[in-house]
Amino acid sequence: MSGAAIILKALQDQGVEVVFGYPGGAVLPIYDELFKTNAVRHILVRHEQAAVHAAEGYARSTGKVGVVLVTSGPGATNAVTGLTDALMDSIPIVCLTGQVPTHLIGNDAFQEADTTGITRPCTKHNYLVKEPGQLARVMHEAFYVAAHGRPGPVVVDLPKDILFADCPYVEAGEVELKSYRPQVKGDTSAVERAVDLIAKAKRPIFYGGGGLINSGPKASKLFTEFVHKTGYPATLTLMGLGAIPASDRHFLGMLGMHGTYEANWAMHDCDVMVCVGARFDDRVTGRLSGFAPNAKKIHIDIDASSLNKNVAVDIPIIGDAATVLEQMLAVWAAKGCKPDEAARAKWWKQIDGWRSRKCLAYRPNDDVILPQHAIRRLFEKTRGMDCYITTEVGQHQMWAAQYFGFDEPNRWMTSGGLGTMGYGLPAAMGVQIAHPDALVVDIAGEASILMNIQELSTLRQYNLPVKAFIINNQWMGMVRQWQELIHGGRYSESYSAALPDFVKVAEAFGGVGLRATKPSELDDVIDEMIKIKQPVMVDVAVKQDENCFPMIPSGAAHHEMILGPEDQAERRTSEEGMVLV
Amino acid sequence: MNPTDMPIERHTIAVLVANEPGVLARVIGLFSGRGYNIESLTVSEVDEANARSRITVVTSGTPMVIEQIKAQLSRLVPVYDVHDLTLEGAHVSRELALVKIHNTGEDRIEALRIADTFRARAIDSTLQSFVFELTGDTGKINAFIDLMVALGDVEVSRTGVVAIARGTGLDMPLVRRNVTKRKRRQPVTGD
Repeated sequence: MSGAAIILKALQDQGVEVVFGYPGGAVLPIYDELFKTNAVRHILVRHEQAAVHAAEGYARSTGKVGVVLVTSGPGATNAVTGLTDALMDSIPIVCLTGQVPTHLIGNDAFQEADTTGITRPCTKHNYLVKEPGQLARVMHEAFYVAAHGRPGPVVVDLPKDILFADCPYVEAGEVELKSYRPQVKGDTSAVERAVDLIAKAKRPIFYGGGGLINSGPKASKLFTEFVHKTGYPATLTLMGLGAIPASDRHFLGMLGMHGTYEANWAMHDCDVMVCVGARFDDRVTGRLSGFAPNAKKIHIDIDASSLNKNVAVDIPIIGDAATVLEQMLAVWAAKGCKPDEAARAKWWKQIDGWRSRKCLAYRPNDDVILPQHAIRRLFEKTRGMDCYITTEVGQHQMWAAQYFGFDEPNRWMTSGGLGTMGYGLPAAMGVQIAHPDALVVDIAGEASILMNIQELSTLRQYNLPVKAFIINNQWMGMVRQWQELIHGGRYSESYSAALPDFVKVAEAFGGVGLRATKPSELDDVIDEMIKIKQPVMVDVAVKQDENCFPMIPSGAAHHEMILGPEDQAERRTSEEGMVLV
Repeated sequence: MNPTDMPIERHTIAVLVANEPGVLARVIGLFSGRGYNIESLTVSEVDEANARSRITVVTSGTPMVIEQIKAQLSRLVPVYDVHDLTLEGAHVSRELALVKIHNTGEDRIEALRIADTFRARAIDSTLQSFVFELTGDTGKINAFIDLMVALGDVEVSRTGVVAIARGTGLDMPLVRRNVTKRKRRQPVTGD
């Protein structure tokens, strides 16, 4: 079999149904094989970055590995942002890149780039296949590495001569990796100590993250079960939303920089913190010296390098979220643990006090659409529907996290770690491919959407009824907000000048454009958007200078968060905070 | 205590890796990308049959950073095993240096005398120069070089540290092979 045929066979054996890609000289033999065998569906994107984001959307909404196929040189370098995004958010991706033939590597050949060199720091692992005999093994190994342990992107760089060479095939089952063996089960004694600590807690909190989503729906179920069994409060990171239903009364909302007042105060005041599949990211912790100063911390993570990285914890447990939660629940039951009800009641009373501040409340406005209101209405109108949300990056992303409630995992796709503007539209494309009948909405900003707007063409080609819901405030809102809060209102280059008419853009790409400029038009426009089974772009003109609150200013701790404009005047950002992003 | 206020420690870490292209770049890239120190790094294949190399890296950082370094190394796909020799008990460490000195007269004789006290061997010589071969721990080699520099023009090439644990324990043993099955070399008969 030719190398190209081996690749197609390996993809089929790995259960791959769809590949997101863009052809070019170095990968023509693979495209030829795709043409001949017609075994794997190929989605032709309009930019390689979008191919990776689409594969991410596909992966995150299904739990499967997303597959990308791009050519050498610019094809590979264009994919770098997507790969880095997948690395930061732990998304399983296999990215096949073309390469110049082996005898030309290093000669500065046409469309040559040192792909393995460039992608080494932005992938979980990468391979350059130089021997035909290694090709099948590497293909299978790539899928194993991408999906096992903490998931991540894997690049397989394929010189063109290998694609033509006669290669032997090996079955996936015959490939065994000797070096990379992630630990799945938690250490028994650590699990027992953790359960004891949880049972004795007076002011406990569960803090879950993207690891719960990556571990599979079972992890979210067990997490929710543990929360219910104990009756303790829970908060989630941006990446973890949906792991416990947003409508659950134990859920305090998202935590961190734009998290809720109650979640952040509960984190600050807790005595026992149970972190499952989150990594104490700087967006979550705020100033480390002021982070949960009196808490005993339990940290469950499949990646040992996440433990004790930013925050020293008392009980680190290496293992898969679902497996360790199952172990914990078993120990909890076996020991007949019972939470301290009096302490718990007191703790909830305190939390209810914080809740009563209603940190996400906003004053209704009849003249101009508030961005929070637009997202809230979108949420209310799509309730009960089979709905998936992606976002771009910025204020709209935080408002989406705050005002759109997710009751299930895998329904929320956002670029968390890398913060990639231009993520949402291609990611929504990937989600829609995986869920053709679902309602897939990219909650976008007018600046972000322009970063991958070309994908409207892909949406048209495959009749993907993705909805881009643009919160248009004519500013790079989060940049403008920081300039207002810490740079004296000097709005350097943050105005979205010369914006296109998004309705016409949608129409030019063969989709439907809608617009809402007044609060009274909002509901009708959302209804219509949902009704149209075509790509739709909705331009929602919102209040331009609205800021995203609550907020922990950079360099501040959880208990120093500001609730709104009334608070911000008295709080000056510290010099240490100024240098943080 | 604030983790960043913790004392800086020096650790010698042994890493068993697959001997494949790019593996050293992965390890070095990890150190530079995450801002860790490399004081010394040596690498060589130790098990040809199984294509395994051993990297010895001497690094410094707070205890939390050292833990991070080990965890980050461990999760690289081609890494089989990581051992912190400093933490796991007594170990011996050595490096080898080749020191060329260019000088004449009394200084030349003094250099030879000092080399003798350090048990350095002269492995090359001209009328105005020596190349000394010296093994020892880092401190001994530094001391020798300092003395040589006082006596002439000096060029140095050194390997960096290799290290192994003391005692009977085998941290990363080679896979045992059946020696009798190996092909016997044909005796040289001459022509």
